[in-house]
Amino acid sequence: MKHLLLCACAMLAVAAPAAAQDVAIINAKLVIGDGQGPADGGTVVIRAGRVVAAGAGVAVPAGMRVVDAGGRYVTPGIFAGFTRMGIVEVDAVGDTNDSAAQTSTFNAALDVAPAVNARSTPLAINRLEGVTRAVVAPDNSGSIFAGQGAIIDLGVDMDPVSKPRAFQFMEFGEAGARAAGGSRPAAHAMLRNALFEVRDYIRSPASFADRGKDALLTRADAEALVPVVQGRVPLLVHVERGSDILAALELKRLIPGVRLVLVGASEGWTVAREIAAAGVPVIASALADLPSSFEQLAATQSNIGRLKAAGVLVGIGTLNEDEARQARWEKQYAGNLVALGRIPGASGLSWGEAFATITSRPAEALGMGGEFGSLRAGRRGDVVIWDGDPLEIGTSAVSVYIDGAEQPMASRQTRLRDRYWEPKEGALPKAYER
Amino acid sequence: MLAACTSNGDKPQSALGQPGAPAQAPAKGQGYAHDPYPSTYRAYPGAPTLVTNVTILDGEGGRIDKGSVLFRDGKIVEVGQMIAAGSGVTVIDGGGNYLTPGVVDIHSHLGDYPSPGVEANSDGNEMTAPVTAEVWAEHSVWPQDPGFARALTNGGVTTLQILPGSANLFGGRSVTVKNVYARTMQAMKFPGAPYGLKMACGENPKRVYGSKGRAPSTRMGNVAVDRQTWARAQEYQKRWAKYEEKGGDAPARDLAMDTLRGVLDGEILIQNHCYRADEMAIVMDMAKEFGYKVTSFHHAVEAYKIADLLKANQVCAAVWADWYGFKMEAYDAINENLAILEKEGACAMIHSDDANGIQRLNQEVAKARSAGIKAGFDISEATAWKWLSLNPAKAMGIGDKTGSLEAGKMADVVLWNGNPFSVYTRPQMVWIDGALLYDANNPKLRPVSDFELGQPGEGDVK
Repeated sequence: MKHLLLCACAMLAVAAPAAAQDVAIINAKLVIGDGQGPADGGTVVIRAGRVVAAGAGVAVPAGMRVVDAGGRYVTPGIFAGFTRMGIVEVDAVGDTNDSAAQTSTFNAALDVAPAVNARSTPLAINRLEGVTRAVVAPDNSGSIFAGQGAIIDLGVDMDPVSKPRAFQFMEFGEAGARAAGGSRPAAHAMLRNALFEVRDYIRSPASFADRGKDALLTRADAEALVPVVQGRVPLLVHVERGSDILAALELKRLIPGVRLVLVGASEGWTVAREIAAAGVPVIASALADLPSSFEQLAATQSNIGRLKAAGVLVGIGTLNEDEARQARWEKQYAGNLVALGRIPGASGLSWGEAFATITSRPAEALGMGGEFGSLRAGRRGDVVIWDGDPLEIGTSAVSVYIDGAEQPMASRQTRLRDRYWEPKEGALPKAYER
Repeated sequence: MLAACTSNGDKPQSALGQPGAPAQAPAKGQGYAHDPYPSTYRAYPGAPTLVTNVTILDGEGGRIDKGSVLFRDGKIVEVGQMIAAGSGVTVIDGGGNYLTPGVVDIHSHLGDYPSPGVEANSDGNEMTAPVTAEVWAEHSVWPQDPGFARALTNGGVTTLQILPGSANLFGGRSVTVKNVYARTMQAMKFPGAPYGLKMACGENPKRVYGSKGRAPSTRMGNVAVDRQTWARAQEYQKRWAKYEEKGGDAPARDLAMDTLRGVLDGEILIQNHCYRADEMAIVMDMAKEFGYKVTSFHHAVEAYKIADLLKANQVCAAVWADWYGFKMEAYDAINENLAILEKEGACAMIHSDDANGIQRLNQEVAKARSAGIKAGFDISEATAWKWLSLNPAKAMGIGDKTGSLEAGKMADVVLWNGNPFSVYTRPQMVWIDGALLYDANNPKLRPVSDFELGQPGEGDVK
């Protein structure tokens, strides 16, 4: 969201919102997003773009705008755990696709933040369905390191980046092997070499000559990896296979202090105990249940339920599922995880836990749970009022607030729908209907 | 090529060796085998079954609350309010849940693009020429694809059409299968289902061949190659019709032209990948020009813009609920596409094109229905169920055999554990031709393909 004081922002690292309205939403079937189910008679108070209080018996400060939810569901906005929203307009039109840089010299240094386009259509389309915040990751190409991802909001203003350089994204399974030269050992060697070079850089930044186009790690790449090695920025590692997950967990030994987050993790349930013991959070694909590749042979929709049961912090991301534009499907995914609870032999989630996997859990996985993903006091004022159970098909967002600012509820799709609701042309061509 | 067979100038000889006497005419459609890889599918045995206490959506737009369905010997016997069980009938109390015909997916690549999706298994696009009407998807189908099991147990899919991919203008023949695992493709093959011919317009063919520096590289190139090919097919049809009627020399076989001839004769149905409204209109005119019929446009993202044209031409549209924007020709997708088609009285249906999507077509229909209702067009659950059973069955030429709960039809039936328009609902039991092939409560009724045997996760509830 728009920030007015640039100097203050640089210090906060997380940009402050503007255009926020102070608002109290009362008479809500309230979902905090922390794993509990909904509770009737709730109130949410938002002031200066942040949640001041949420719960039953919360007093409405005098003089504040009051919105009566009429007993409807009121929840935090969806925090999409892994997307490529805002950096891709049309995948198949290369000019509009900033997710990967096939012939760039740079890898870890690539930063999606300046590429995020607040006006790209997926933002409005997803905002209409209650997605308010998203993790935006680059895609890798010539290295295991894809670059620096951001957390964005889906607000209508022209300042979409909530937190730039929020993490580094790394491929460490089949895709990593491919990028490193064709094998998993090559990916491991690439990683170790990068660590040597980053440590070189840390020891003496001034003497770290840029190694140019032929280098395994350019100066800019080395610089970008410093906060990862120092544990200041999380390292999101895409792995699917059980053995790759264990190898990724070993990174904690190789890089003391690294803040590891596993992404994908189709076979996570097969090594759930080890993941839990390592205290590493997971952003998983929800419904992947096919052996789509040899690194996903044990994929099952029970993955998230079993990880959760083992004590792993787990949220949902849309990896390999149209990351550029379908974060809105996460609600349906979470609903399906609830449905699994009724299938003998499957592991599902309670409604409250399922809802948390698309709100607070992914935010917490990124170390941003204090800022995003729930209606606990102090969090950003990302609130959605729904016309029914938000995990149920057919439920729509009635109102969407981002950083306390109420959002418009139209998109290019709703315009097209309105133009063609009566398909036949009338007195003038369709091009004259607006 | 055709001229070469008789280029030596010899007159044909009859069996008796009398020069010039025409050989006996083989009769219409008998010049060559039209079904050389016939179905060997046999329904598995099922007990005569009466499911009671269910909300029935019959797939034809009908609904019966607190109803019962009786099936026996693989066929639906009776659908109604109260049905007597009779002796030897297994009675299942549906617990107030929903019972529907099995889901029919008109657009799948299971078996041709199976899991795992490695290059060695990639058999869906014969990307070597823009016209490959000679290839048959069935010759690529790997009957061990784990995707078949997921479509059955999570999606209640009982029948699916497997199509070649869309790299080519004429991609080849489709095959329709029953979702029953078998050792051979033929043993899955839906008995009596007509072939489809997969055609594609738009971005894919022009990209694939344009990038090879050959035609087509534009949309006008697409149509030009299409028309030239149809013109050849008309000649081929004439030659063979003449031979089959009057005898003489058999024309040379051309397997691609066999397929196109089948289309011109109405024996093979056109299943046309086509996104944009303007292109669909051109294709419908091309069909008139050459005397064939488009049965359905698939991925018809812009069908809503020309619902009136589709209706007037009696062409169906198979669509997604909410896919959009991944390519230019998908840029104008809207969630109300299916609802607008229904509102305007055009033939429409859902399709998956996806090994994951096929597991939740009921939810895709629920999304499409809900979008329409919210925009102001009321669509009943019973009407919406046509989008994933009878409409696709009709567009596959098997609407007389499956796709609805009508006495005499195949007993392809799903009992859901709730309302199938809810995200919280899954199949409880699935019968195909009256045989119980999935039961959520019975781990033994959960198929595990050869590929998954002995692998991590084998036999898990997926």
